[in-house]
Amino acid sequence: MTTNLARRHFLSTSAAAAGSLVVGFHIPFARDATAQGAPAQGAQGALAPEINAWVVVRPDDTVVIRIARSEMGQGSLTGLAQLVAEELECDWAKVTTEYPTPGENLARNRVWGNFSTGGSRGIRESHEYVRKGGAIARTMLVQAAADGWKVPVGECVAANSVITHTPSGRTTTFGKVSAVAAKLTPPADAPLKDPKDWKVAGKRIARLDTSNKVTGAQIYGSDLKLPGMLNAAIKDCPVFGGKIKSVDTTAVLKRSGVEKVVRVGDSAVAVVADTWWHAKTALDALPIEWDHGPHAGASTASFAAVMKAGLDAKDAAVGNTVGDARAAIATAARTIEAVYSYPHQNHATMETMNATARYTPERCEVWTPTQNGEAALAAAAEASGLPLAKCEVYKQLLGGGFGRRGAVHDWVRQVVAIAKEMPGTPVKLIWSREEDMLHGCYHPVTQCKLTAGVDGQGNVTGLHMRISGQSILAALFPQNVKEGKDPVVFQGLNPPGPEASIGYTFPALLIDHAMRNPHVPPGFWRGVNLNQNTIYLECFIDEIAHATGQDPLALRRKLMANHPKHLAVLNAAADRAGWGKPAPAGVHRGLAQTMGFGSYVAACAEVSVSDQGVLKIHRIVAATDPGHAVNPQQIEAQVEGSFVYGLSAALYGECTVKDGRIEQQNFDTYRVLRMDEMPAVETIIVASGGFWGGVGEPTIAVAAPAVLNAIFAATGKRIRDLPLKNHDLRKA
Amino acid sequence: MANLNVNGKVREFQAEPDTPLLWVLREQLGLTGTKYGCGVAQCGACTVHIDGKAMRSCVRPVSTVGPTAKIVTIEGLSPNGSHPLQKAWVALDVPQCGYCQSGMIMAAAVLLKATPNPSDEQINESIANICRCGTYNRVRAAIKVAAQGGDAKRAGLAIQHVGESAS
Repeated sequence: MTTNLARRHFLSTSAAAAGSLVVGFHIPFARDATAQGAPAQGAQGALAPEINAWVVVRPDDTVVIRIARSEMGQGSLTGLAQLVAEELECDWAKVTTEYPTPGENLARNRVWGNFSTGGSRGIRESHEYVRKGGAIARTMLVQAAADGWKVPVGECVAANSVITHTPSGRTTTFGKVSAVAAKLTPPADAPLKDPKDWKVAGKRIARLDTSNKVTGAQIYGSDLKLPGMLNAAIKDCPVFGGKIKSVDTTAVLKRSGVEKVVRVGDSAVAVVADTWWHAKTALDALPIEWDHGPHAGASTASFAAVMKAGLDAKDAAVGNTVGDARAAIATAARTIEAVYSYPHQNHATMETMNATARYTPERCEVWTPTQNGEAALAAAAEASGLPLAKCEVYKQLLGGGFGRRGAVHDWVRQVVAIAKEMPGTPVKLIWSREEDMLHGCYHPVTQCKLTAGVDGQGNVTGLHMRISGQSILAALFPQNVKEGKDPVVFQGLNPPGPEASIGYTFPALLIDHAMRNPHVPPGFWRGVNLNQNTIYLECFIDEIAHATGQDPLALRRKLMANHPKHLAVLNAAADRAGWGKPAPAGVHRGLAQTMGFGSYVAACAEVSVSDQGVLKIHRIVAATDPGHAVNPQQIEAQVEGSFVYGLSAALYGECTVKDGRIEQQNFDTYRVLRMDEMPAVETIIVASGGFWGGVGEPTIAVAAPAVLNAIFAATGKRIRDLPLKNHDLRKA
Repeated sequence: MANLNVNGKVREFQAEPDTPLLWVLREQLGLTGTKYGCGVAQCGACTVHIDGKAMRSCVRPVSTVGPTAKIVTIEGLSPNGSHPLQKAWVALDVPQCGYCQSGMIMAAAVLLKATPNPSDEQINESIANICRCGTYNRVRAAIKVAAQGGDAKRAGLAIQHVGESAS
């Protein structure tokens, strides 16, 4: 894809476009925009040459690496830059980064590929073309130097932004030849390095984006300020599917700072004011009468009954099958059965949903934290009624994403609808925490009945996993649901393959799904369906082990013989934790393993439960095999963060529905893990090479089952529905 | 018009008396390093210092903060990010998304003033801020690095910074 790049001074034109806004905040390319939108100039007064779509080298040797995926804390911005820099052979100290805009991507025939930043795919799905981008740019820079010296290019090498003609020892720098290199025809291809030769990639390098995050200087979407900007607060009907029955839009117009009250669609109303606080307080004072719609009677309990019926329903979509599991179970010496469930949860990003929009009949611009700039652009176009080419999105740093800011851009549609009512005036919409809690795209709810057939020696002869419940794709991408089957439902349970495959071999297996969709909208919630599927399977394996008198690790090893990568991480975690050796007094261990987002993960948790039933998670040893490890210290950060996310869910995470609406409206009722509950985490990176897996999500899935299995070891209590806060953990 | 003493300067502002200090800082004074996370003093993203105490500014009516009370926000914690905690935070790459980190650092700064070498339990008691990315263990490590003289190598993370050997 790097062979047909448009040859032009992309940086300078983009800088001019962005600079024309004449605003003092971070926008893409702002570093290259001089005060009033003049073309970007390097130290020597020349335009900054774009070598190719991924690499700009300024005359002062600064290397600007373009990053298409969004940075939301997961570190991909640094990791992707490492991969480009590795092949470019540039001086890492001179690297900066910037986002191309979705509009530029569209205008350049999607030269930067996919912007979507979810599914832990930031690196694993773009490593090849970004490395090629770096390699091709290096080839062109070296060629330009060789041409200048009139020597064969094969006699020249690049390292640390310096090009050397080896026979003569002459040297030059990237910055000195970049203008010439930019005019060369790029080679069709360039070979990539063997990862064993990496010098920048694979290293424990510091992130590129830390310093502004410790001084308050970092601007997030909600911090944005445009000249003449107004602020908006919004309330959507608290019951999903409801509408506004009546609202007196004049009731708050006399309040301080209030400019306008806008109905947004048929279900929401926004107040626009000089400040957000004025908008928010006026909105709180606005009398709104709701028509709660068809789901006003729905509750968590009513939908649980629907899912329960699905556990024994005749029709179900099959995700994985081996042999005749029903027959194997029917003829087994013994059967073991258990029913598990998993609740709705909100992403609860620290920064609530927000966006700023400016609409004129000719153009619609949106500034927003998004995991998918192109999807945000599409939402802006649809909401504004303008063609894509007349819209633009400037991606802002995300105060957390976790899947909420990727597939659905409801807040972008809202802000554009509001801005459309005030052409030419920029409007910033910030959701209150309460709005954010009530209008999420929730972790889907499911139940699961597991039935195992076991022979006289404790061998599993057949396993049936019946999942019943919510499908994300049915709500968000129904075109991908074929014959009632949502393939994403089976994450971690798939047949052997490179994505989310099950780590066990059973003589007979049936995993199927009875789709039952409640009215609560689902979304991709960090870890997605791997989360509950891993709880279901890993806790049930533990149940089988205890029911048949086998050690949970020994049973897994027996079932995992054909799955060496799964087994390797499990063994690594178990060995480091000291499985089979005595734990400290009162401490008990639990195991879990899974595969998802292209990586293999396992955990061993150590917990104690007091006589009063108070749980303490002391330590978790985690092992991850992502194939290639691009930045080990950031993988460790993602693994630790995954435990916070996964344990928050396990201990507290639950959005319950009453009268059709979510009950939890803030962190006082939607608790999450805090410092005092955080266990020590030891991360083992087993980078076995040969594949590229993600690291932002898979470990979340092993957090809860490892702890639940350890709780069973400590108390004899088998917890089959979360969160733990609803359970009495005093010993059975 | 009323006055606040913020980061060593007297600043004029205009807001209704019940406006939370957070929104005066962010919308009237342009100090956006202090974040809105919950509005109900649960998450700590809005933590600032008032006369040396860590306060949740989202629930503090501005009228209850006198014109001479010394307010310090993340922007005023140090010139150029040179506070030992800020240096430790950079050395250990603590932030992920970074949104909660202003509040974390401001809470930690008050802890270290009163308790220069805090135990794990003292850190647990003082730092009740929410981080959804899950930086808690690096927050803890960075507080200890700052408390113990700033040698980041002690944390054992071996992070390589430009122009430095691994910390």
